[in-house]
Amino acid sequence: MIVPRELAEHGQSEAARAFIEMLGISKRFGGVRALSNVDFTIRPAEIHCLAGENGCGKSTLIKILAGVYAPDDGKIILDQQAHSHLSPAASQRAGIQIIYQDLSLFPNLSVAENIAFRHHVETPVRLVRWREIVRQAREVMSRLGVDLPLEEVVGRLPIATRQLVAICRALAAEARLVVMDEPTASLTHHEIDALLETVHGLKTHGIATVFVSHKLEEVMRIAERVTVLRDGNKVGTYPAREINRYRLTELMTGQKFESSLHSTFSSEVAPILEIHGLTRRGHYEEVDLSLRPGEILGITGRLGSGRTELALSLFGMNPPDAGEIRISGKPVLLRTNRVAIRHGIGYVSEDRLSLGLVMPQSIADNIVVSVLRKLTGALGLIDSGRRRKTVSRWIDELHVKTRAPDRPVQELSGGNQQRVVLAKWLATDPRILILDSPTVGVDVGAKVGIYQIVDALAARGIAIIFITDEVEEVLHQTHRILVMLSGRITATFDPAKVTEQELREAISA
Amino acid sequence: MPKYLSAALRRHDIQIGIIIAVMATFFSTLSPGFLTLGNLMDLLENYSVMAIMATGLLVVLISGGIDISFEAIAAVSQFLVATILVRFGGNWLSAFALAGLFGGLLGVVNALLIYYLGAISVIVTISTMTFYFSILMFVTQGRSIYDLPNWFTSNISFLSIPFPVMVAAIALLLTLFLLSQLPIGRQIYGLGGNPEAAKRMGCNIVGLQCFAYGYSGFMAAIAGIVQAHRVEEVVPYALIGRELDVLAAVVLGGASLSGGIGTVSGTVLGILLLAVLQNGLTLLGVSSYSFGLVTGLVILVSVTATAYAAKRQRMRSVRHAI
Amino acid sequence: MPSDLASSSPTPEPSRFAGLLPSDPTITMLGALIAGAVIIFGALTPSRFLSGDTLRAIAFQMPELGILSLAMMVPLMSGGLNLAIISTANLSALVMAAILTRLIQPATPPSIIAAVIVLALLAGLLTSLVIGFLTGVIVAFFGVHPILVTLGTMTLVKGTAVLATSGTVIGGFPPAILFLGNGTLFGIPVSMILFILCATIVAVILSYAPFGVSIRLIGSNERATRYSGVPTEWVLVGVYVVSSLLCWVAALVMMARFNSASAGYAESYLLVTILSAVLGGVDPFGGFGRVLGLFLSLVLLQVISTGFNLLGFSPYLTAAIWGATMILAIVIAVVRDRWITRLWPVKAN
Repeated sequence: MIVPRELAEHGQSEAARAFIEMLGISKRFGGVRALSNVDFTIRPAEIHCLAGENGCGKSTLIKILAGVYAPDDGKIILDQQAHSHLSPAASQRAGIQIIYQDLSLFPNLSVAENIAFRHHVETPVRLVRWREIVRQAREVMSRLGVDLPLEEVVGRLPIATRQLVAICRALAAEARLVVMDEPTASLTHHEIDALLETVHGLKTHGIATVFVSHKLEEVMRIAERVTVLRDGNKVGTYPAREINRYRLTELMTGQKFESSLHSTFSSEVAPILEIHGLTRRGHYEEVDLSLRPGEILGITGRLGSGRTELALSLFGMNPPDAGEIRISGKPVLLRTNRVAIRHGIGYVSEDRLSLGLVMPQSIADNIVVSVLRKLTGALGLIDSGRRRKTVSRWIDELHVKTRAPDRPVQELSGGNQQRVVLAKWLATDPRILILDSPTVGVDVGAKVGIYQIVDALAARGIAIIFITDEVEEVLHQTHRILVMLSGRITATFDPAKVTEQELREAISA
Repeated sequence: MPKYLSAALRRHDIQIGIIIAVMATFFSTLSPGFLTLGNLMDLLENYSVMAIMATGLLVVLISGGIDISFEAIAAVSQFLVATILVRFGGNWLSAFALAGLFGGLLGVVNALLIYYLGAISVIVTISTMTFYFSILMFVTQGRSIYDLPNWFTSNISFLSIPFPVMVAAIALLLTLFLLSQLPIGRQIYGLGGNPEAAKRMGCNIVGLQCFAYGYSGFMAAIAGIVQAHRVEEVVPYALIGRELDVLAAVVLGGASLSGGIGTVSGTVLGILLLAVLQNGLTLLGVSSYSFGLVTGLVILVSVTATAYAAKRQRMRSVRHAI
Repeated sequence: MPSDLASSSPTPEPSRFAGLLPSDPTITMLGALIAGAVIIFGALTPSRFLSGDTLRAIAFQMPELGILSLAMMVPLMSGGLNLAIISTANLSALVMAAILTRLIQPATPPSIIAAVIVLALLAGLLTSLVIGFLTGVIVAFFGVHPILVTLGTMTLVKGTAVLATSGTVIGGFPPAILFLGNGTLFGIPVSMILFILCATIVAVILSYAPFGVSIRLIGSNERATRYSGVPTEWVLVGVYVVSSLLCWVAALVMMARFNSASAGYAESYLLVTILSAVLGGVDPFGGFGRVLGLFLSLVLLQVISTGFNLLGFSPYLTAAIWGATMILAIVIAVVRDRWITRLWPVKAN
């Protein structure tokens, strides 16, 4: 049982020291309850992490703070003034600046102009004062201690630099609170370090930062306080020193992770996939691995360690420069993904929304897209009966919750959508399935279902490569773990024998 | 090769400029009459109407949309202004004011339809084009207006620069000023670059679109009456059919169909490219029947090269892990 | 397989009659509009509108616009556009016309005439295929936006046609050709039969051929479709080849109807083909649309134009009303998306 701690101890002093208070916030969208009676307070110049799994309500809470949504219940207290809801203008006037995950920058404009863009909006009639814009940009950069190429067009900059531009923009708008939504999603190890330094810099200038994330590593490194949400409810607010990673996982997911693997594989059987010395300059180097039918191989490591690049090479979308790939003992050249599919390899991308599924199209079409030619009959036309049977079979086997396979797949929940993606690949009768972060964007409850499917697939003899960021996942859902760092495989572990601590150390070595 | 030089050479407008220079040299060696002031003025005068329209279209393209109706707006405004001038008299000031008013209003109609219907700008502007043009043809029964007032049709020139060229120059400078010195112009760049971000930054989206399409209509109407001045009559169907030529010129000048990218200098170069090409061919005695073919080839090669270069640029900038 | 998250019933079998009922609001709306228009015009000019003549007039006028609209629809479904359809049709027609007029003299024996006709048809087909292939390759392999590519090919093709003919018209074809445009089979114009044949083939392809399904998926999301193993580049090349192939058929019909070919025919049709496709429910962003919808929208436009013609309206006024109808159609589509879809679910395709 989890009991929110702060009420008794800190109540009075909490209110007195708060800079922004959100009290009793509730919000529903249609039939879905996004937030239930959530309290969230922010102290001046603090670094506060808002943590929780995907779908826990973090984004909704932030959007209410930004004035994009109005809560159904509750109030927001800014500078001792209570409001039932905020408008975007009011929120910004109060010094609240949101940096969305997509950064909302203008890729076609320069760094300086992006930083100062709000002047264009605030004074549309006066002439643009270019010199003033450059001066202000320089001033903000020096306050933050960064040096960005002011003339460069933002679209050409790497994502870590763009993030700094977004932060500068928030500073230039005289922010008192900067909210960063999943800022580390696409950053490498070093870039994350730099970002966290910058956040400390904001603190010394008296600016509070709320860091919204589901990645435990960053949460623990930076936070002074952590507020955990789960399924729209607040679990609690904790000082960082009183919490550890394991506890945090438990709080975020509400469940203890145990190994639920039932499948086994035989090491007598010859490997179905062997890789020797695979190298692609700039992506990964000298990778050796072998995979047996029915084995679930976990690959983990920080972003930028080369895991996705390696996976794409195995799927034919990132041809290696050197090395050998053998399938069932025979060397193969995977030049395109079509070749890979012919060899029985399937790839579930981590970007389900834009790469995994064709969202506006039907569930049925998304299931059969990779096997269209196999369903043809006379005249090379698709046999409706066979199509229907294929669709029904996979919907039933994978328990996709839908009554109408002709409805657009975007209407399904995240977990069901992922089942459709799996159905698509299973229809190709794969021997090797590469799953890249398969439970991202899937509700906590639905994750278990995905794990069970993966387990069952392995039991059927499909070899699975399971790539994930989440240490708990790789520990409990795989037969063997490989750790990648800077493009190389640096460690191999047996999940039954390694401790979580050892694993984390190997990942962040 | 020094770095600044290779960077400059990769810029689109520099490349177009070089092509123009090469062509101009080529033509002038083959035909000495090419580089004379008279010929060049003729050239500019012929393309001034197109240039004025192109500046309006440029602004719409930068905002992330497209306008196919500007020729129809020009024709309608031309007709309305001419009718009023013939009946009530006037001067150049009133002519431009009326043209701007009609053109701007018709353009704003486009913007409102696009914004409130949430429909794709190609489809909406095709519909309004069909509508405006058909109503015009219906009302005029295809008949031209010949009896334009003398002050309207008489040739004006200043320092041997013909009137149409002057108007075009002013239109270009005005657009340059708008796009580089006025915040509203910069907001339009922002809107084209990232519409979602523009909304979040508090831009008045419908206002910006009304401005962009209104500006396009405004310029089209101005171009319309300059055309009437040049040919000394108002022919309802004369302008229609050349929308895609203007679009080609603007795109050749580096404007992107997806928005956020484009410059006045690029547009000028795009028009110059087409103008020099066609004029050169004429002077060489090549039949005017071959213009379409050559222009088409130039467009195809140019857009293919640009897109291919962009594609390779994207592939090269894949992030590296180590 | 785990059962805790299963739906309680297996996937239901679709009703046997589902295919017969209009499950698509667009189709229903168009059907209603046609019925409404027929009633109104029939009431206003009973003797002339509701006659066999009207039907014949529509049946003769519709096919060339119809086939060209199909040529525009296929690229639209893939998320693109083909601005060059009219020029392609014209050039194709000119190639065929040139061969027919040069090689057939009054004294030529019928067997030679037949051979020449076949040669001409093949030449016209080849012309169209080359243009389509070139367009498709540039769109698919060089990544150029279809509007820009087809703008270029349109100018290039038209320019070639103008240059080759010096702007003149080539005319005078053998009766076998003219039959295609003016003849009838069992009372139905041959051109209409051609159109219905083309429409049926396109409909079948879009719904049942792997190629067609791929087109729709690409129209909605090209990258995801490619990741799923579909050879999207080749499908896109195929899209523009098919589009140009339809232009060849349209060229035949136009040649036959006008007994001549020129570089500048039917230019006003270009935008009408886009209009009729969108009016017929084709999503301009790609991925969705039905041939039946296109067919009905063409019928509607023809009914309106014939009706207005009989009422003595100027063709310009009719065109203006087409433009206004387009806007109306968009308004209706927006209203439909916001309200009706909640009450009346639409099949994804």
